[in-house]
Amino acid sequence: MADLTVPVAGAAPPARRRRKIQFQAIIATIPMIGIAISVFFVAILFTIYWSFTKSGMFPGWVWVGLRQYEILWNTNNWQIAVSNIWFFGAMSLVINLIVGFLLAVFMDQNIRQESLFRSIFLYPFAMSLYVTGLAWQWILDPNLGLQVAVRSWGWTDFQFAPLGDPKQAMIGLILGGTWQGAGVTMAILLAGVRGVDQEIWKAAKIDGIPTWKTYLYIVIPMMRGAIATTLVLQLTGIIRTFDLVVSMTGGGPGIATWMPAMYVINAIQSKLNVGQGSAAATMMLAPIAVLLFIRAIVSWWNKRSAGMNVS
Amino acid sequence: MNKLSVAALAVAALLGGGSAAQAYELNVVHWWTSGGESAAVNVFAKEFDANGQDHWVDGAIADGATARAAIMQRVLGGDPPGAAQFNPGREYEELISNDLLLDLADVAKADNWDAVIRPPGIAAACHVDDHWWCVPVNIHSWNWAWASIPAFKAAGLELPKNFDEFLAGAPKLKEAGIIPFAIGGGQGGWQVAGAFGVIQTSELGLADREKLLKDHDMTVAMGEKQKAALTVFKGLKQFTDDGYAPRNWNDTTALVVQDKAAIQIMGDWARGEFGVAGEKAGVDYDCLAMPIDAPTVSTDGDVFVFPKQSDPAAEAAQKRLAALMISPRVQALFNNAKGSMPVRDDVDMSLADPCMIKGLSIIKDPANIQIAGGRWLNEDTNNQINALMTQFFSDDAMSVDEAQQKYADIIKNAQ
Repeated sequence: MADLTVPVAGAAPPARRRRKIQFQAIIATIPMIGIAISVFFVAILFTIYWSFTKSGMFPGWVWVGLRQYEILWNTNNWQIAVSNIWFFGAMSLVINLIVGFLLAVFMDQNIRQESLFRSIFLYPFAMSLYVTGLAWQWILDPNLGLQVAVRSWGWTDFQFAPLGDPKQAMIGLILGGTWQGAGVTMAILLAGVRGVDQEIWKAAKIDGIPTWKTYLYIVIPMMRGAIATTLVLQLTGIIRTFDLVVSMTGGGPGIATWMPAMYVINAIQSKLNVGQGSAAATMMLAPIAVLLFIRAIVSWWNKRSAGMNVS
Repeated sequence: MNKLSVAALAVAALLGGGSAAQAYELNVVHWWTSGGESAAVNVFAKEFDANGQDHWVDGAIADGATARAAIMQRVLGGDPPGAAQFNPGREYEELISNDLLLDLADVAKADNWDAVIRPPGIAAACHVDDHWWCVPVNIHSWNWAWASIPAFKAAGLELPKNFDEFLAGAPKLKEAGIIPFAIGGGQGGWQVAGAFGVIQTSELGLADREKLLKDHDMTVAMGEKQKAALTVFKGLKQFTDDGYAPRNWNDTTALVVQDKAAIQIMGDWARGEFGVAGEKAGVDYDCLAMPIDAPTVSTDGDVFVFPKQSDPAAEAAQKRLAALMISPRVQALFNNAKGSMPVRDDVDMSLADPCMIKGLSIIKDPANIQIAGGRWLNEDTNNQINALMTQFFSDDAMSVDEAQQKYADIIKNAQ
């Protein structure tokens, strides 16, 4: 390790010049930094503070300690929302990644009309999640959509109405979410696939390695960066899942598809209980904070290994 | 007043050409968006504009919870609406305690609200120690069931005269391809909780209901009657349809209007939907006063609050609107369109349809007045009950005993 740092230290003069540029850049970005701190950071601090207060309709200052958290974790809706987000998160993450990767591989086969297909796959992402949810609610409605259509084609006992069944409603949500998000995963992974040097492909061909093995054992490990990016994008999207559920199931049947973000909005808007909503929002922040921490470590790790490659 | 609004005023003055008789624009936020509801709110808007001094700027926001949140945020942000709709009860108690509402005491005194508003329980939501914090505009009762006469006929049945008759006929309705019991689980489950409330009233009776919801009496909460109410309610699930889970209330009413469903338990705002569809009470549909053995009228309804404004001209316009909303003529027109009952007796009810006449005859006896649960329970508790009831109704794994225990816990922890 020690001798690795020597060549880096040898590059001192250009580094000094870079520092000057950074100083100007900081001055130029001060307004933006100010906004970021005042809007995001201060707002987060207030939310955390209010989660320890008895705030009702309006934010207040009566301190109640951990009482809001106690209520939160004893509330059925929240417990269900938390277990839903784990299930929904894990399933969407895995399915989204697989579907997105398969689409990327498909796009990588030198197909004709590649840009047309790319537009088609990316198009759902341009739609709001609310519209996506509504469209899928209609598609999955037993009296309007898929079930009736398949039955009219002759398969008369075909049954697929997940949104009416508390045990299956999550499947419908995952379907809608994947349809919306797989295109972006594909685009990012496709860039990753294309970033792999053609020489490596040639080398693999010469060694007689089958294409699928090349993808699985050579290409995927080389796409770490692209995969990490899609994971982070997906995860932050999953944690604040709201509009998809609101438009698709409204949290139902019963409370079977409640999500943490829904709980926050419901607590503040309907229950007129800002304290409870803040406590739930703070709980939602925790995993995101952990994620950001992990990402920081990953990028530090990447930088370090990149630095090692250079030397 | 900030610079932007000063600039806006200056522009407005320029455009107005300096005419002195500029109509005062009062922004009114409400959540009346369905067909019958917007017909009713148009009465207010038209009459208010007709006085020559004011202009009603409509701020309809779909869904009560969303509208209330918008009102709160505007009040907090220093841009309160001129008038805002609420349900009578505890929804606006923090607006009062933070001194954010205009006191209408002088308007009330001039028009003698104390004497004309009946029953007294209605005024209590607005009239707190010599202050009038809101104007009650109507009485809505949850205690109605709406029945499609053609739907029952199609199954070869008469309209049920009691609950057992309905249950006995329900399988026949189902065979005829009709949804016997229409309900919707959308918008947080208030329809489910409301329908349960009606059945709960019929099982518990008014006295025990008050003990439970007002005094948080645990013996009632864990008692046999409450258990019976939950059992009866869960029994209705087999008579609803697969698509109930995300449905809104007016879509549910539409099923009864179109004779696809036989009965819906819903407050009398549903009557406006029948009216808009051109249906006639007694011919196309009928209203069954609930509980069917001893009908009562619940004191639900709507009130308008008037958030404090810095501009004295706004305050004058607010008071004009408050006086107008409760005037006998507007009360008659508005309530006929809305399907609700007027808050005063001295109005011309020649336009009233059979359902409203039924309601007005029930309300004559003070013993039939059922205080709305929202007067005792705050929105936090109400939302917990909504969530519990919709979960209980949809989830077959949840037993009656479990639901009863959870209901009792919510009531015990209610503030």
